[in-house]
Amino acid sequence: MKKRIQAIIGWVALGLLLVACVPSVSVPETPTTVAPSLLTVMTHDSFAVSEEVIRAFEQENNLKVEFLKSGDTGSALNRAILTKASPQADVFYGVDNTFLSRALEADIFVPYDAPALQDIPDEFKLDEQKRALPVDFGDVCLNYDKVYFANANLAVPQSFEDLLKPEYKGLLVVQNPATSSPGLSFMLATVARYGADGFLDFWRALRDNEVVVVNDWETAYYTNFSGSSGKGAQPIVVSYNSSPAAEVIFAPEPLEDAPTAAITSPGMCFRQIEFVGILNGTRKQVLAEKFVDFMLSLPFQNDMPLQMFVYPVRNGATLPPEFVKYSAVPDQPASIDPELISQNREAWITAWNEVVLR
Amino acid sequence: MKWFYDEDTRLSRVVLLFSDCLRRVFRSQVGWPFWLLPVSFLLIFFFYPLASILLLAGKAAVEAGFQWLAWEKIWSTLWFTVWQAILSTILTLLIGLPGAYVFARYRFWAKRLWGVLVSLPFILPTVVVAAGFNSLLGPRGFVNLILMTSLGLEKPPIQVMNTLSAILLAHVFYNTTIVLRIVGGSWAQLDQRLEQAARSLGATPFRVFWEVTLPLLRPAILSAVLLVFLFDFTSFGVILLLGGARFATLEVEIYIQALHMLNLPLAGLLSAIQLLCTLLITWFYSRLNRRREVPVMPRVLDEYVRTPRGLRQHLMVGGILVILGLLLITPLVALGIRSFTRLEAARGERGEVNTGWTLTYYRELFINRRGSLFYVPPIEAVRNSLNYASLTVVISLGLGLLAAVALNRQKSKTHNHLSEFQGVLYGGTDRLNHSRIFLPLGELFLMLPLGASAVTLGLGFLVAFNRLPLDVRTFPFLIPVAHSLVALPFVVRTLQPVLASIPPVLRNAAAVLGASPWHVWKEIDLPIVFRAMVSSGVFAFTISMGEFGATTFLARPEYPTLPVAIYRFLSQPGALNYGQALAMATLLMLICAVGIFVIERLRLPGGEGL
Amino acid sequence: MLAVQEIFKHYEGCPLLKGVSFEVAEGETLCLLGTSGSGKSTLLRIIAGLEQAELGRVLWNGEDLAHIPVHRRHFGLMFQDYALFPHRTVEQNVAFGLRMQGLSVVEIQQRVKEMLEKVNMLSFAKRRVTDLSGGEQQRVALARALAPRPRLLMLDEPLGALDRALRTQLIAELRYLLRESKIPAIYVTHDQDEAFEIADRVALLHNGKIVQSGTPAEVYTNPASIWVAEFLGLSNLMLGKVLSLCPLQVKTDFGCWEVGCKAPEGLQIGDRLAILLRPWGASVQTEPGTENVLSGKVVDVVFRGEGYRLVLQCGEVKFQFYCEKPLGVGEMIRLYIPPESVICLNEPSI
Repeated sequence: MKKRIQAIIGWVALGLLLVACVPSVSVPETPTTVAPSLLTVMTHDSFAVSEEVIRAFEQENNLKVEFLKSGDTGSALNRAILTKASPQADVFYGVDNTFLSRALEADIFVPYDAPALQDIPDEFKLDEQKRALPVDFGDVCLNYDKVYFANANLAVPQSFEDLLKPEYKGLLVVQNPATSSPGLSFMLATVARYGADGFLDFWRALRDNEVVVVNDWETAYYTNFSGSSGKGAQPIVVSYNSSPAAEVIFAPEPLEDAPTAAITSPGMCFRQIEFVGILNGTRKQVLAEKFVDFMLSLPFQNDMPLQMFVYPVRNGATLPPEFVKYSAVPDQPASIDPELISQNREAWITAWNEVVLR
Repeated sequence: MKWFYDEDTRLSRVVLLFSDCLRRVFRSQVGWPFWLLPVSFLLIFFFYPLASILLLAGKAAVEAGFQWLAWEKIWSTLWFTVWQAILSTILTLLIGLPGAYVFARYRFWAKRLWGVLVSLPFILPTVVVAAGFNSLLGPRGFVNLILMTSLGLEKPPIQVMNTLSAILLAHVFYNTTIVLRIVGGSWAQLDQRLEQAARSLGATPFRVFWEVTLPLLRPAILSAVLLVFLFDFTSFGVILLLGGARFATLEVEIYIQALHMLNLPLAGLLSAIQLLCTLLITWFYSRLNRRREVPVMPRVLDEYVRTPRGLRQHLMVGGILVILGLLLITPLVALGIRSFTRLEAARGERGEVNTGWTLTYYRELFINRRGSLFYVPPIEAVRNSLNYASLTVVISLGLGLLAAVALNRQKSKTHNHLSEFQGVLYGGTDRLNHSRIFLPLGELFLMLPLGASAVTLGLGFLVAFNRLPLDVRTFPFLIPVAHSLVALPFVVRTLQPVLASIPPVLRNAAAVLGASPWHVWKEIDLPIVFRAMVSSGVFAFTISMGEFGATTFLARPEYPTLPVAIYRFLSQPGALNYGQALAMATLLMLICAVGIFVIERLRLPGGEGL
Repeated sequence: MLAVQEIFKHYEGCPLLKGVSFEVAEGETLCLLGTSGSGKSTLLRIIAGLEQAELGRVLWNGEDLAHIPVHRRHFGLMFQDYALFPHRTVEQNVAFGLRMQGLSVVEIQQRVKEMLEKVNMLSFAKRRVTDLSGGEQQRVALARALAPRPRLLMLDEPLGALDRALRTQLIAELRYLLRESKIPAIYVTHDQDEAFEIADRVALLHNGKIVQSGTPAEVYTNPASIWVAEFLGLSNLMLGKVLSLCPLQVKTDFGCWEVGCKAPEGLQIGDRLAILLRPWGASVQTEPGTENVLSGKVVDVVFRGEGYRLVLQCGEVKFQFYCEKPLGVGEMIRLYIPPESVICLNEPSI
């Protein structure tokens, strides 16, 4: 009898579970009688936006925006390229300057001369044909654990050369450029500094100074970096210049000061710019243009920092106070022509691998 | 139904013909009709997308010329992949076999809970496992902190992160449950009288194990080895996150080439190599496993389970459980503890971590602090995950059962009943091997999805399912379908040996007593195979709950699963994000444990079954 | 009722059944007797519908069963090793066939109880079948086979694996149950004692054919061939030449014999013929005379209840006889075997 009751309980529980699992279909509220048209935006996993901001845009234009997310930047871009024959979306957001040339070569975008472009500094406009329009940027910089350096009475390194000094032996953790976007950016910064021929010598020396290499940002930041809550062993990590602000914003208890800071000395940071583009083959060109305008508009540009921890490209966009207080934008970030990156990316990474990992 | 027979209409004739066909299928030992569904499933959802992407890669390769070929790199990667897989598999077996023995033969404290706990590693996303390992064995992990304070050391004595040891440890952590489940299940049903007979014939316990137990467990062990090996062979997250930058398996290299170098030709070639290796491994396996499963009268579950007696048995059971606990459970516990721990106070003071307890991370999970569109309410993530998982269980069990039946029918096709009769008595000898040549085809077919690169397949899905009716964007079943592809080999490998072990004479007896083929299935096969179904259902469930790769490729952002939510937290800096990720991971473990508990409680109506 | 006609079946490329035909009448127990591997079990499986014959028909009351699947034939089959369902209790095993018939729970309970009572297993109703001894399993299997009231019961070596005492007891019970239930039955065995004890009629299967069938007495008294005779344990065989046809006289290496039975048709003087000396009815001959007399040396005497079995050595060959009084080992004697105890075997091949 006991078994039978058990059996019944088991099946009932399973039944309830399945019933509970039927997805609740949330019917979008439609204030107007006209059915909203659908706009599909393909992007990477890190994309985020306030519900408020996007809803306002949807209502204004009587449309519904659907987001298709496909892993990281690489996989999202792959998806766009692989499906370009019959595009799955109308707009693609998220290609950065390291991938830009590949996207343009693959001819996945159509040009759009957005009016807002005139409010965006020229340094961000890397595609003259206006197929890829800059939306945001972030700088990949070294972050350091402030308390560690204070306690150890150590000066914070201010140049790549400093990193080779014996006092910083074993203190730096970087990401593998083959598997990590910030890792690649940091390597590109050294390429910009030492040139395609010289950067490997720097890395050889850095390896001798016991640089730690891991595959992804998550491990580097949360496992190896001592400044994060992972309590790792290295007080210097490759991350973003916005990370210190994020540390304050995402502290379980209010912090007076950021526990970390970014090193923004000239040439030490590499600037990643993210672009949006209208996908070649869309049948909703007008709506797509509206969405691009929206992304370059102030409400979205102001919303971005706290959603994605990137900086808006548009003049006049306001930054949240934490960004102003705890994070700095480097004056002279390193940069390399996207064309050049595209051509040498593989060779540089392979050579880097040979030098650092063998 | 009567009208069918009243008038000889064309329709009724067709119906009669059809039902006659069905009856013939059921009565004869023909296997192919059972292949129909599983094979079409694989064709549509595996071979079609795979072929699409490989074709594309091939085209790109021809266009690009062949200067991207780097044979040396391919060889060294392949070599490392195979080598670490062999090493990991051996270690997993060393831990798993004694564990399987203890689970099969002994009764001990909180056995059911142990059973659930040792299955949990399987579901955890690698990032979380990395965090768990780190909080246990990392430079600031519990173990190192304890050792450093107690021994007065300056540097952490244990340094496993980013080494080969970390990879091996993680593989053992992940895959031991496969050995425990497959071998343990088989061991529990092994007729102990055979071992006793050997003992009475003067064999030492070791000889008994070597000459009786091991050969009888062979099919189960081989199955487990195959699955563990393939999992290690295609390992991705563990290598990437725990092994560090120095190690790359084929799967990691495919990921790098496809998504970071955008080098589709090389990624395609590597995927093809990986598939080929999988084929070879599976083929090799089926060569090893040629001998037909010995039909031994199934024994009643728990028939041979006993309480350990005497110091030696207590020590052995206790010792094995302690090892299992240390390897499989402590990282989970460490993870759970971390999700309640505040680590803010002594920021930056090396070696000293002031901790306090906090529920902040859990509270924050329920708050959409920044009004983000992609905020995931935990309940919804739980619901989505369970939703996909239960669909995966249904799909993979249904198809797996059909495939297992088909495989079995094919196996016994050439077997005359007379020899099957004797087989029951004398332990089944193989006399005819006509179907041997064709048999592995089915098995190879089924195992391939385990060897396919997830990245390649994911891209293949995107390319192939681009149009209605199967559109990645609108077809909601693609995620459970992708999960089922991975779960299916498990299900088949678990069900097929059990089905094969049912002596055909039982089915005959039932038929003679008036049971129609359907009733025979319901009354004989189903109750006997039900345990194994539950077991493989748990597999499917855990695979789906923990899967991240395919989900991130195919998921609509509106339906995030728990692992997707965990990654969202981890991709941004900040203690709160980290804490929330750990809290979500703990939640995932809890939900999974409850799920496994419920599934394992399932009994057939009527309470029958072994 | 049941008619089996010209069944042909190959096993692994070799012919196993080469045109087997027989019938089972209402209420009759037919015993299929044959060595192991002779295809008895296969024949049962063909009748049950578990296997298909390559040629031939199985008829029930004149209706061909070819298109009736196993589960609709309403035949009972008791398997060699019982094939009890290990995942069910004794009770559930017996109830299985009844449930398949869709009987009500009450009816099933009643019938199960009745059957278990009949086989003396009522107290075991809730036990798992894996806990039972061989004899107990046999009873459960019998109860399970009989419970749905099959039209025909087939038993495949039902006592094969049991010890002798148990066999003697069970076979008596079995006979009683079969007689009482009046179900026609086919009983397969390789043991002639078992067969003679239970059968109304026996049929001997040899080389894929029924070589002889009849009541046990008929078969025993008139084995149709050397093989049958030897299989039945009648080993006093000798070969000779026909001297005369009426009366039938045969000359062998062991003297001249007058045979009690009629000469087979077409037999001619000078033909070779096998004769069989039945072990019963021999007496020690003191008068002179060579016809129907076998002389030899007693090499073994064994007490066998009703009489003594003595082994007589005649040259190279040994013969067995039963007599009422013991004889001394080593004695040279002459045995007279009356013509009615000498039969000729209808063996066409010689």
